[in-house]
Amino acid sequence: MTTPTIAPPTLNVQASRIDHIDHIDQLEHRSVHLLREAYASFAQLAMLWSIGKDSTVLLWLARKAFFGHVPMPLVHIDTGYKIPEMIQYRDRLAAEWRLTVIYGQNEEALASKQTFPDGNVDRLTCCGSLKTEALRRTLSGEGTRYRFDHAQGKYLVDTNREPFTGVIVGVRADEEGSRSKERYFSPRSGENNWHVGDQPPEFWNQYATEFAPGTHVRIHPLLDWTELDIWEYIERERIPTVGLYYDRGEGQRYRSLGCWPCTKAVASTSSNVAEIIVELKSGRFQHIAERAGRAQDKDDGGGLETLRRDGYM
Amino acid sequence: MSIAPAASTLKSRPIRLDEEGLPFEEEGRAPNAFQGIADPAELEARMGIVIVGHVDHGKSTIIGRLLADTGSLPEGRLEQIQDLCARTAKPFEYAFLLDALKDERAQGITIDAARVFFRTPKRRYLILDAPGHVEFLKNMVTGAARAEAALLVLDAGEGIQENTRRHAYLLSLLGVRQIAVVVNKMDLVGRSEAAFDAFASDLRAFLLGIGLEPAAIIPVIGRDGDNLAMRSTSMTWYSGPTVLEALDAFRSQGEAVNGPFRMAVQSVYKFTNDGDDRRIVAGTIESGRVRVGDEVVFHPSGKRTRVKSLEAFNRVAPTVVGAGESAGFTLAQQIYVTRGELATLASEPPPVVATRLRTSVFWLGARPLELGRQYTLKLGTARVSAHLESIERVLDASTLASVTGRTSVLRNEVADCILKLRQPIAFDRAADLAATSRFVLVDNFSISGGGVVRDALPPNETRAPASRGESRVTLRPGILWITGERGTGKSALAHWLVNRAERTDARVELLDDDTLGPLFPAGESRAEQELRVRRVAWFASRLESHGTTVVVAIDSPEEDGRLYARSLASDFVEILVTATPDVLAARNAQRDGADRYETPVQPELRLDTGRLTVDEAGDEVLAWLAEWSNA
Repeated sequence: MTTPTIAPPTLNVQASRIDHIDHIDQLEHRSVHLLREAYASFAQLAMLWSIGKDSTVLLWLARKAFFGHVPMPLVHIDTGYKIPEMIQYRDRLAAEWRLTVIYGQNEEALASKQTFPDGNVDRLTCCGSLKTEALRRTLSGEGTRYRFDHAQGKYLVDTNREPFTGVIVGVRADEEGSRSKERYFSPRSGENNWHVGDQPPEFWNQYATEFAPGTHVRIHPLLDWTELDIWEYIERERIPTVGLYYDRGEGQRYRSLGCWPCTKAVASTSSNVAEIIVELKSGRFQHIAERAGRAQDKDDGGGLETLRRDGYM
Repeated sequence: MSIAPAASTLKSRPIRLDEEGLPFEEEGRAPNAFQGIADPAELEARMGIVIVGHVDHGKSTIIGRLLADTGSLPEGRLEQIQDLCARTAKPFEYAFLLDALKDERAQGITIDAARVFFRTPKRRYLILDAPGHVEFLKNMVTGAARAEAALLVLDAGEGIQENTRRHAYLLSLLGVRQIAVVVNKMDLVGRSEAAFDAFASDLRAFLLGIGLEPAAIIPVIGRDGDNLAMRSTSMTWYSGPTVLEALDAFRSQGEAVNGPFRMAVQSVYKFTNDGDDRRIVAGTIESGRVRVGDEVVFHPSGKRTRVKSLEAFNRVAPTVVGAGESAGFTLAQQIYVTRGELATLASEPPPVVATRLRTSVFWLGARPLELGRQYTLKLGTARVSAHLESIERVLDASTLASVTGRTSVLRNEVADCILKLRQPIAFDRAADLAATSRFVLVDNFSISGGGVVRDALPPNETRAPASRGESRVTLRPGILWITGERGTGKSALAHWLVNRAERTDARVELLDDDTLGPLFPAGESRAEQELRVRRVAWFASRLESHGTTVVVAIDSPEEDGRLYARSLASDFVEILVTATPDVLAARNAQRDGADRYETPVQPELRLDTGRLTVDEAGDEVLAWLAEWSNA
């Protein structure tokens, strides 16, 4: 019997502790259950990977669920304005963990410079175009998908243009108000719309896995996790994360990652995971939003909800 | 404790939640002395609680007040809402603290089971703000099904209302056993002990009648915070617990490690990347525990073998796993197991396997639950077609009286029903093991109802010609040609079909190796075998022309022979039975050479007999034939 050894040898030695399942264990088990349900229910299944800590934890949980494997493509929406270190990190993990990585982008908007950094549209329009629209077209197969080719070590145009009918997303209920309303399995119309007031019931580990033609389902395995849970899990499992989250001597670090023109670092000297956990527990960020450094949230009185109704993550 | 005043320069903004899920003000606020935060590692896992009751009886007010009084609100939050209310000329209410979405504020009602956290020195609570508006019962169910304990809120001025009863009954059905009753707005009845006592005794009688025993019944004035976090100074006659004390007294229900082992199989994984040759049965353990070496039995198939290893990623492989854990194990023998089966231990009480169920259901769908209609029933990971055979009684939500003689169950009603399944499933009776008794019904792509199995019923004799229902054998003349490799169960399926048809008036003839006998010898060579196929085909077509349904189950490995048979028949149904090589090996089947059996290009039906029992395969054929006969 062979166990894939693609992770660094960071076995977290735990005794069998079935009489005491702690909070993080509970979260892990529920997420694993959801990932397995998603995998059993959707033939065209993808997982969104933003390169951030949350979706990287999600990726790790997939390896937990599938015993070291990640049997679905990871979709990254490359706005063209991601911090370069994020892309390097993405491709390093793709190679080391033998991941199926696909990226897509809104090539038209980038070519015609209809972006906020080019000064031609406001922030929300830019997000709508480079993220929401790029995502919609990548998921539906209308947009070009680029797939990482492990033999050649580069991205090639993907021949699979089948629409994804199940999309796993790493949103958390505690991020902001509208996300607290999400279901684990959330059906979306063909146009990606989310009907907040009329969602299906969800109980007893039974989810909306059936879906009408032309619609798709978003799956949210991290809904119950908080920012602190995420960091404690990263610490416990020794999950490799992108270095932007840590202070590297400049007295600042990123708390939430996005496009460089619209994401600010926060003042912090936390240089590793343990220090971030201490910082979060200390209450220093007690009343500062995790996404406070993300400018688009503030340009809309309705917050992220307007974006999310239209398909933003 | 009070909330420190803050600058009221705040704009209207959506409520955002901080790392602990608490609503927080936007940014740049100095850290405050946040009360009662122990090291989270020392706290118990958070307890999910649900707050239910009739609309306008004050649930959101009580939650808002609990957040404020436990110091779980960030500085200035209260003032921000008050400021907003002043500007929109709306009277301030604590309930506004919860209205996280624009939608809600517009409609003035809470529409979904939003998640809000607060903590006491004892532990963290996740409040599922269940709404009281009847329109949103599905959201109440979503919230309550996740809760370990419930607060049932009612208005002292209005008493027990429709949703008070409905919600209480649903709590009982959903399995929430720990509840406390909050009698709100005691100021409306003059804070009177006599009025409260009369209330309490009515309530207790009602709740006991539906199997709920309240841990406490608490007189409260939500708006003023009396008996929520702080003891009331105006109702000193009350000596029971406050709401917070009642919550802290609830027990966190540990996972059911001590029950019999139950794990619904989510999938069997074999990922061959990187030379991985493990075949892992994966699922989440509902109850009990399993160890390496235990003999496991899968239901409904009844297959059994031993656990060879427990598997895990990035941790030392455990030797035992238990309830609440997502698990994976390999088997000593390569038996064919699939999603939907229930794994149990041979040494423990087995589950029930049945096709007719007596159930209690609640219906949430816009379209009613109707007699005779087809639904998809999902229980654990099993998924089967079901129809509503009969409605024993519908409970009137406002009185909980029984109504009989109904042919449908409407949205938001609860009823006792008998469901008939197309294939058997494995489950436990609600009284024995609640977790594995729970199912949902899917109608038109969405979960439209849920329920628990009270009991299994014997199969009814709907197969006799006189009886009604979809399981009657509807046969018309034609040839049912069963083909497949050796050992796939052609003959067994043929016998099953003929046996079933013979209980009806249908004229049916079986042609297999036994009935054909030496007059139609199987032959030694391929040519002789093919000649026999053509002879049997001709014979079958003659029988068909005289109004007989002919079931053929002989070796017919070549597509040519089967096409010949099809050409002679008026109605030809080609049924391909298959089984995976490991199943065939287990049956000691004499294998055709890999190149010898030509798989039909377009059979009418394909059945995997490794996955299906003969009954299931037979039922599938009958279901297909029923549709075909109606076409």
